[in-house]
Amino acid sequence: MTEAFFPEDHSNGSVDSASSADPAVDISDVMQKMAEHKGCGTEGGSGKASCGSSGGPEDMPAEIWEKVKNHPCYSEEAHHHYARMHVAVAPACNIQCNYCNRKYDCANESRPGVVSERLTPEQASKKVLAVASTIPQMTVLGIAGPGDPLANPGKTFETFRLISEVAPDIKLCLSTNGLALPDWVDEIAKYKVDHVTITINMIDPEVGQHIYPWIFWENKRLQGYEAAKILTERQLLGLEMLTERGILAKINSVMIPGINDKHLVEVNKAVKSRGAFLHNIMPLISAPEHGTVFGLNGQRGPTAQELKALQDECEGDMNMMRHCRQCRADAVGLLGEDRSAEFTTDKIMAMEVEYDAEGRKAYQQAVESERQAKVEAKKGQLDGLEAAGDMKLLVAVATKGHGVINEHFGHAKEFQIYELSQTGAKFVGHRRVDLYCQGGYGEEDALETVIKAINDCHAVFVAKIGGCPKADLTEAGIEPVDQYAHEFIEQSALVWFKDYLVKVAAGEIVHTDRGDAAIRQGALIQQAG
Amino acid sequence: MAYKIVGSQCTNCTACEALCPNEAISEAKGTFVIDPAKCTECIGHFDTPQCVAICPVDETCVIDSAYPRYEA
Ligand code: SF4
Ligand code: SF4
Ligand code: SF4
Repeated sequence: MTEAFFPEDHSNGSVDSASSADPAVDISDVMQKMAEHKGCGTEGGSGKASCGSSGGPEDMPAEIWEKVKNHPCYSEEAHHHYARMHVAVAPACNIQCNYCNRKYDCANESRPGVVSERLTPEQASKKVLAVASTIPQMTVLGIAGPGDPLANPGKTFETFRLISEVAPDIKLCLSTNGLALPDWVDEIAKYKVDHVTITINMIDPEVGQHIYPWIFWENKRLQGYEAAKILTERQLLGLEMLTERGILAKINSVMIPGINDKHLVEVNKAVKSRGAFLHNIMPLISAPEHGTVFGLNGQRGPTAQELKALQDECEGDMNMMRHCRQCRADAVGLLGEDRSAEFTTDKIMAMEVEYDAEGRKAYQQAVESERQAKVEAKKGQLDGLEAAGDMKLLVAVATKGHGVINEHFGHAKEFQIYELSQTGAKFVGHRRVDLYCQGGYGEEDALETVIKAINDCHAVFVAKIGGCPKADLTEAGIEPVDQYAHEFIEQSALVWFKDYLVKVAAGEIVHTDRGDAAIRQGALIQQAG
Repeated sequence: MAYKIVGSQCTNCTACEALCPNEAISEAKGTFVIDPAKCTECIGHFDTPQCVAICPVDETCVIDSAYPRYEA
């Protein structure tokens, strides 16, 4: 199913001319294999056996799996076990987005109103090495907003250089708006940055002019259609150049209802045809207090159902990344409140950091065994699901990670959402319900907030739950499920689902569809990610 | 005249610093400042003052009328 990855666009001039400019490394080969593999996986049945075993998920070839398996942003599985860290060394930006207020951190990483400390490359690399030595699961270092890493190339690449010298096992990633990308692709390849995220919100300047008020280009500020036209050309050229060099490219898009929501289907096709490996559609987060153009002019974000419908439409034959928690798998977060105080810049600069390569390796081996155990647990769980027919439903899960139901309902800062259907349990997203999102309401409202956030779910899986919220949830039509505490999420959800199907068949319960849910998340903010 | 930065609006993004053809911009006391003795309003270098063009906050890099207009 080559055409799955290279639809019509592949044969159109612009792509071909670009990709033949410099003979491809092997990404086209890889993508080709991946396409074939996908075809085989999705069409199921006979083809499967001949697909070989990648040791990874069935729908991914071994080469890609190798590249992404420890990347918390790209691999759903890795998300449970590994963490990434961001450093802010590059605050300058070369474009303006209507959803960005650069006073605060980038939407991809942070909490409302929080400003990351701006670090020099020396400070940043020392901090990264100190954290990585303490937290073995820290395997990815990203440079993202506020600002655009490639609008600050000196600081960005110096940081990469310093880190790669001491810790070659840490993967480097960067997120960019793409304007400067074509100029830096070779440098990116040189530092073995194998993951680049480009935020692409449009491929049509008519649409783009409503998202980007200006760009800074050739020493001038350009506006409107002209600005958006240059931006989209540079973004797509940059993507093609990454693909030619075998550098994995992920695309982020911000879904802005009424502006680019329908258009993102076109964006999806355009980026697929140019070799993008994942496409992550994120909801616009917009409120007046963010001080962004969209926040102030009342532009709304999508509802959970609108977002999911678009993601489903784009999914087809490409991996849609739904597990991007907008960077909540934060290594520094794993340190816990008390420990992060040990990692202030002052203290780190005074520290003698010894990079613990051995300890990190041991941890990573342990994680591999854990992952094997999960694969075992998965076997056989699909039997008996045929009864579901066309039925699809969502459940929410309270978890602290490791793929296990291990969080107390009342302590959950977010819920993972799984879709259950005949084909099994599929992770489809996160819903944040933490304090930052509640705008400082009292206790009762907190529960209401949670109910609104998971209102489209039939059940919520928790390690523990109190009597009162239990009753309220039941009343709201969401079944609280606590009998699978500390067990694997997908396995438990499917056991519950089969039981649900039996009850429906027996007429004990009537299956009804649930309504939409509200997306509540942290503030805005900027892209470059 | 030279340009000046309205300190209360500056986000400290550093973008202007790198673009100034005269190295007139530097960080001082938590915000960025323009040295009026060095600023040429970009005359002779670019059509538009670079700090104005890149600054994410409108009306932050503005003409400082305390100084006479720069003459090339
Ligand atoms: S911004 Fe996205 S790509 Fe970068 S580390 Fe976070 S989740 Fe990964
Ligand atoms: S106007 Fe030009 S010369 Fe003056 S500070 Fe701004 S960038 Fe520098
Ligand atoms: S570009 Fe504007 S906001 Fe950024 S440092 Fe310069 S004056 Fe401050």
